[in-house]
Amino acid sequence: MTTVTIPIEDMQLIYDRPEALACTHTHYCPGCTHSIAHRLLAEAIDELGLREQTILVAPVGCSVFAYNYFEMDGVEAAHGRAPAMATGIKRVSPHNTVITYQGDGDLASIGIAEIIHAAARGEKITTIFVNNAIYGMTGGQMAPTSLPHQKTTSSPLGRDTDLTGSPLKISELMSQIDGAVYVVRRSLHDVKHIRQAKKAILTALKVQQAGLGFGIVELLSTCPTNWGMTPVDAMHWVETAMVPFFPLGDYKIADSVRQLE
Amino acid sequence: MARELLKGNVAIAEAAVRAGCEAYFGYPITPQTELLEYMSARMPELGRVFLQAESEVAAINMVYGAACAGVQVMSSSSSPGVSLMQEGLSYIAGSEVPCVIVDVMRGGPGLGNILPSQSDYFQVTKSAGHGDYHPIVLAPSSVQEAIDFTMLAFELSRKYRHIVVIAADGQIGQMMEPAELPDMLPYPQPRPDWAVTGAKGRNKNVVTSLYMNADEEEAFNIRLQKKLEVIRAIEQRSDEFATDDAELLVVGYGTSGRIAMSAVQKKKKKGLKVGLFRPKTIYPFPEKRLAELAEQVEMCLVVEMNAGQMVEDVRLAVNGVVPVEFYGRMGGNIPMPDELLRVIERYYAYSAVLA
Repeated sequence: MTTVTIPIEDMQLIYDRPEALACTHTHYCPGCTHSIAHRLLAEAIDELGLREQTILVAPVGCSVFAYNYFEMDGVEAAHGRAPAMATGIKRVSPHNTVITYQGDGDLASIGIAEIIHAAARGEKITTIFVNNAIYGMTGGQMAPTSLPHQKTTSSPLGRDTDLTGSPLKISELMSQIDGAVYVVRRSLHDVKHIRQAKKAILTALKVQQAGLGFGIVELLSTCPTNWGMTPVDAMHWVETAMVPFFPLGDYKIADSVRQLE
Repeated sequence: MARELLKGNVAIAEAAVRAGCEAYFGYPITPQTELLEYMSARMPELGRVFLQAESEVAAINMVYGAACAGVQVMSSSSSPGVSLMQEGLSYIAGSEVPCVIVDVMRGGPGLGNILPSQSDYFQVTKSAGHGDYHPIVLAPSSVQEAIDFTMLAFELSRKYRHIVVIAADGQIGQMMEPAELPDMLPYPQPRPDWAVTGAKGRNKNVVTSLYMNADEEEAFNIRLQKKLEVIRAIEQRSDEFATDDAELLVVGYGTSGRIAMSAVQKKKKKGLKVGLFRPKTIYPFPEKRLAELAEQVEMCLVVEMNAGQMVEDVRLAVNGVVPVEFYGRMGGNIPMPDELLRVIERYYAYSAVLA
C-alpha cells in the first residue's frame, strides 16, 4: 500500500464546524434531520455575521435543548408559545435577530394561535418549522401534520381522516396572511434539497435583517425512530410520501423580498 | 406633586410608567380594560412598547420573552384571564425572571361576572401555575395604595427576579378617588448581566426552566425555596388599627379590609374593643405580626369577598391560639359597613364570653 503524504501547508480547510454551532453532543437519534437543520441554521447565521446578535427561542419537543446546541443566546419557551415569546423579545430588542425553532406538534397544534398571530402582526422574526409528521419527544403520537393512514402510537390503525381530520398544510395556511412576507417549504431528504433549504434560511434571515416582516421556512424532516424505519428508508419516505402531500415550493415571496434578492 | 382624581386602573398604569415599565402586553377583559387602554396611548407616546396580544396566553409569554431580554415588563388582566396566564407564570417563576402582573379580580368561578370579588386569593398566592412557588402578592385597599404598590412591585420583582402580582379587586380598579402620583424614575434601567441581549463579547446566556437531571432540578428548587424564605422573612407587610386593647380582631385585605375599617372605627367610637389587621402583602402573608396579635385578642373575624380563602392563612398563623371565624360575600357582592357592624356585634358578644 502506498502512502501519500501531503505537507500540512498544502492542506485546505474545506469543511468546519460553524462558529454558531456548539461543540457538543446532541441527543438526537441517528438519522434525525434536526442535526442537518441545526447545521444549516448555524451556517447561515455565520455567513451573515449574526451570531452575536441572535436570540434563539427553543420549543418544547425533540429540539427542546436547541439552545444547548448553538453558541448564541437562547431561551426556552412553553409548548407552542415560542412566537409569543419571540414577539416579547423582538419588541423590546428590535436590533436583535430573533429566531423560533419549532416542530409540528409545537407550531401546528398547541401553538397554532401564536404562530398565526405573530405572522398576522408581521413580527420581524424568523421561524424554522421542522415538520416530521409526528410527535417525536413523547414517543411517536399523531401530529396535526401526520399523513392520512399514517400509523402512530395514538393512531395505531392509521390516521383516520373521518375522525381526526386532514393534515394541516402550514405553509399554504401562512401564505394567506398579509404579515407573512416569506413562506417557503423545503425538504432535507437529499443533498440537492438540503442546499435549497440552506438558501431559504439565508433569505429568511435577510428578510428579518431588512425588517420586512414575518418569515417562515418549513423543512420536511425525518423521524426514523418513531416512524420505525432505518435512516435511509426515512429519507426515502420523506421523498415519496411527504413531498407529494406537502409540495415543496415558494408559497409567498412578497415584492419587498424579491427586491431584496 | 399634587393630588388628582384618579381611577384605580388608570392610576396603576401611570404608576407603572413612572416606575420605569418598558413594555406592556395585555388582552382586554373587564374590569381591568382601562389599564390596557391607557397603556395603548401612553407607552408609544414615550417610545415604549405596548402590544395587545391575541390572548392572555400569548400576553404572558410576550411578558416572559421581554423579561428574559432584561426589561421591566408588565401585564394586567382579571380572574379568568389570570387563569389563562398560569402556564406562563410558572415558566417565569421557573426561569427566575422579573415581571409585574395586575389582577383586577372579579366574580367566579367560570365566566362568573365582572363585579368586584376577591375570588383569586388562592389562585395568585398559592396556585399561580404548576410547581413549588408563590409570587409576591400585594393587595391595595385604595387608589393611593395601588399606586404605591405598583412602584414597590417593580422594585421587588427586580430585587428577587420574581413575579409580583398586584391583586386589586374590581372595586379598586373602577373607583375614582384623590391620589398622588410619584415622579418619573430614571429610565431605562440597564439590562442585567443574565439577560439575553446577544452574545457579543461574552459567553452565551440561556434562560430556561428545564433541568432534566433530578439533582439539578432539586438544586434549582432548593434555591427557589431559599429565595421564598428570604421573602417571607423580610417582606411581610400589614397595617393595623386599634389593636392595642382589641378583644375581637377583624382581619381583611383590599376592599373588604377597607370596609371593615369603617365598621371597626364606628364600633371603636362606641367603646367596643375591636381592632383591625389588614395584610398588605398576601404573599408573604404577614403571619409573624398576626401570631403576636393572636396572643393578645380573644377572637379573629376574617372578612373576605369570597367563600373563605385568606381565612386558611389566618388559621395557620393563629395556630389555634384563639377561634378564627369567617364572614364572606360572593358573586360580586360587597359587604356594606352596616352589614359588617351587625356581624362584628355578633362576634364581639361571643368574644366577650370567651374573655
